[in-house]
Amino acid sequence: MERLIHLDDLSVGIEAGVAAPTPILRGITLDVQPNEILGLVGESGSGKSTVALSMMGYLAPGLELFGGEAIFDNVSMFDLDRKGLEALRGGEICLVPQNAGHSLTPTMTIGRQIEESLALHTDLPPADRKKTVTDLLSQVRLPSPEQIRDRHPHELSGGQQQRCAIAMALAGRPRVLLLDEPTTGLDVTTQVHILELLKDLCRASGVAMVFVSHDLGAVARISDRVAVLYAGELMELGTSSEILKNPSHPYTRGLLTSIPKMDGARIPEALPGYPPRLSATRSACAFAPRCAHRKEICLNESPPLHRPANASMVRCHFDSGNFPHSSYQGAPRPPAADNQMQKLLELQDLAISYDRPGLLSRLTGQEDKQRVLTVNNLSFVLNKGETIAVVGESGSGKSTILRAIVGLIPPCNGSMRIEGEEALDCITEARSLQCKKDIQMIFQNPDSSLNPRKTIAEILSAPLQLYFDMERTEAIDKASELLESVRLTRDYLGRTPDQLSGGEKQRVGIARAFAAQPILALCDEVTSALDVSVQAAVLELLSKLQKENGVAYLFVSHDLATVRAIADRVLVLYQGRICEIGPVDAVYKPAFHPYTEALMEAVLEPDPDAQSHVEISDIVETAPPDSGCPFQLRCQRKVGKICNEVAPPAQSVSGHTIFCHIDRDRLFQLQDE
Amino acid sequence: MIAGGTSANPVEYALPGSGRSRFAGIMIVLRDIISRPVGAIGLFLVVFHLLLAVIASFIAPYDVALQNADRILQAPSWAHPMGTDSLGRDVFSRTITGGRISIIITLISAVIAALWGGIVGVSLGLVGGRIDEFCMRLVDAFLAIPGLLFLLLIVSFTGGGVYALIPTLSFFNGISVIRIGRGAAQGVAVKDYITAARVRGHGSRFIIFQEMLPNLQDILLVEWAMRWSWMMLAFSSLSFLGFGATPPTPDWGLMISDSREFLTVAPWAGIWPAIFLSTLIIGINLFADALGKALRVDRQQGVF
Repeated sequence: MERLIHLDDLSVGIEAGVAAPTPILRGITLDVQPNEILGLVGESGSGKSTVALSMMGYLAPGLELFGGEAIFDNVSMFDLDRKGLEALRGGEICLVPQNAGHSLTPTMTIGRQIEESLALHTDLPPADRKKTVTDLLSQVRLPSPEQIRDRHPHELSGGQQQRCAIAMALAGRPRVLLLDEPTTGLDVTTQVHILELLKDLCRASGVAMVFVSHDLGAVARISDRVAVLYAGELMELGTSSEILKNPSHPYTRGLLTSIPKMDGARIPEALPGYPPRLSATRSACAFAPRCAHRKEICLNESPPLHRPANASMVRCHFDSGNFPHSSYQGAPRPPAADNQMQKLLELQDLAISYDRPGLLSRLTGQEDKQRVLTVNNLSFVLNKGETIAVVGESGSGKSTILRAIVGLIPPCNGSMRIEGEEALDCITEARSLQCKKDIQMIFQNPDSSLNPRKTIAEILSAPLQLYFDMERTEAIDKASELLESVRLTRDYLGRTPDQLSGGEKQRVGIARAFAAQPILALCDEVTSALDVSVQAAVLELLSKLQKENGVAYLFVSHDLATVRAIADRVLVLYQGRICEIGPVDAVYKPAFHPYTEALMEAVLEPDPDAQSHVEISDIVETAPPDSGCPFQLRCQRKVGKICNEVAPPAQSVSGHTIFCHIDRDRLFQLQDE
Repeated sequence: MIAGGTSANPVEYALPGSGRSRFAGIMIVLRDIISRPVGAIGLFLVVFHLLLAVIASFIAPYDVALQNADRILQAPSWAHPMGTDSLGRDVFSRTITGGRISIIITLISAVIAALWGGIVGVSLGLVGGRIDEFCMRLVDAFLAIPGLLFLLLIVSFTGGGVYALIPTLSFFNGISVIRIGRGAAQGVAVKDYITAARVRGHGSRFIIFQEMLPNLQDILLVEWAMRWSWMMLAFSSLSFLGFGATPPTPDWGLMISDSREFLTVAPWAGIWPAIFLSTLIIGINLFADALGKALRVDRQQGVF
């Protein structure tokens, strides 16, 4: 078997001064063949990026090679000197980093950056470079490559920047592309386009790719083979249909079941526990503490990597084909509470703008003329104990709505009422303490929502002391109760946030919100910064707390599958305008709004056979159009002039409301095909 | 959306620890400072000068004000290891005592400057908007004034002395601290935990003192050390010009000034105080540098 890259028993770690040397990768043996796309999957801290980078002989500062080899095309990368490495890197073996926006030089045009790469790695005469750059840019399917060539990175959208980074990598005529989470920060529709592009590039030019990702859906869509990493060890390696359809390792299985699915309105089964912290030695199966099939041997001996009959390579003591396949499909969502129809929050014709009118337009009374309304005509009612999910791509104004509700940005039009009667003041400071207590917010990124200099006890007792006038000791008692309600123990009280894992931090964030005993909790992408295996547990926790406290959620997310699992009703937002709103079961069935349809098609489920057919373009609009339908520019089912001129009417379709010019029966017909 | 974070920061994993006392935090930072050559030298110089200032009067062989007309401008000898000055005073006794007054004044002024400048700066960073804009233009205006010249002006009005110097020094240096504090606070003010506190309904005082200052104390500490060194220089310059310490108090700036007429015949009377002054200032600067690095390493752990 021909192999392009061969990792042989590679071990890499921290040669720490104080502590014992701590391995990050333990004995990784892995091949990359020409012409294939190898997916590297793992949670944060599993070492997947370290594996990819070591393929080009690179180790992050602070890391050292403990043993083993990385061989690229019969050359041992760690034996090469600087010159030798420089000749290969960026040429035959090339990295496409996670955030292209950060890796492109902001002061140089795209064209010049790519030319630089051409000058270094090809013997192209300078006169021909310009043309080659244009070719490369059109190869990555950028519209009007001549124009893009003369632009600076900040003038491009995230998806376009990523394409430019890929073009730059292709400039060195690579044989292997290392892609480190290339689609992670991108919108779902853009992500699908990039994956398609990569796949076609591999087929057309025969360049091998190593695709590093935490997202099984993306990996399933693109990879020929998949390697699953956990805590620095290779857990499973096989073809993508083996791994994704018939996984052998309990961890892979757990990962797959913990992903929310589009076809069922249930919260997926969470993998218990958290990944292990780094330690110097390991004398057991790394996954044993979280494994449901754990036996005594798992705790005493490290399992070998072996290949059971008709299955993938797997690191497990048991022939896991014999494990019963979990028939558990996750807990069904509890039926909506009885007080369902009591109105809790009512938004009427809300309009929000980040522009502040200038002095002149205020004097002339033309305040509203020029400003861009980030959110407009937003009206909906949230009932007690209900969950409404707000779905849309980045820039759709999802978080803006939450910020308006908590009073961080005053709306320029419309009204907000809570509990039916009390009109909400626009600014937090003007609201009563009771009102602030009732509305709590849970943030996306637990790293920045918890003060790094405070202990968990201080973090949790701040709202208790503020709202309930508790004494310090009383507050700490209550804080440990809260910790238990989010399934943490009171040992956490004395720790600071940096001693917690991402999932644990998010639990503390949730506990802090629930310390106030709110009636409305605003969840801003609460699972999207978390590892896959932990996301399900957080969803489950939110659902449990809702059952116990009868709290209503306004749940902002970009992930339709997650929304399906937790929401009662869904609101699809584009450019701050409602496209579709209705009960979750109705929204997830045709007829869709064309935008909902596009979002549905862009969802990546971990199914290697799925074919994507996203029809809408992935351009990014910065401002909503002046008139007509907000989605007119990208709509794949645009009817004509009317879309540009008239705001679409509301149509009621089997329980949900769609804002579109196309007749509902016609929509149904179109989408049924 | 960064579930697959790529940067494994070794330090983050290598130092596990649970709820440390304040003392343990200080010890960790001190150990880190000493482990760097720059920090060890800096800390040694600072501690040396501070100790000397405390014990100087016990080890000084002569009275610092004692004049002796028979022993004018004598070269260093066993009786006078650093020689004598134009009034026959012992240079050794005067040099080791000479840092006392300037260290006390500048240390107090630096603490006051860091406190008021820090609190005002952090508040401005949090509040933002027009108030911030207005105050920062005011700060710009003050910073445009040549510091030493303005000090001279004030001192010549008030006649100098400790009671005029401490407020003046701390006021002007506090203004520089405002700049630093505000810049750093702007970075913290956009964090979600500040938003969370605002949305919860905590007042500005809680947010500034409980949420922000703990995250900025390292920057302010380093700034305090930098201000201290700057003030040492400013105070000595004032003394040199005759507006700082008043004779016959031994003071480095004053001693250098007194010796300048005789520098060609009796260089020892000026060189020794100059060496002492510059080693202290170098020491403070090195210490501040290492302190900044040590606090940055310890940042994720929480020092105090």
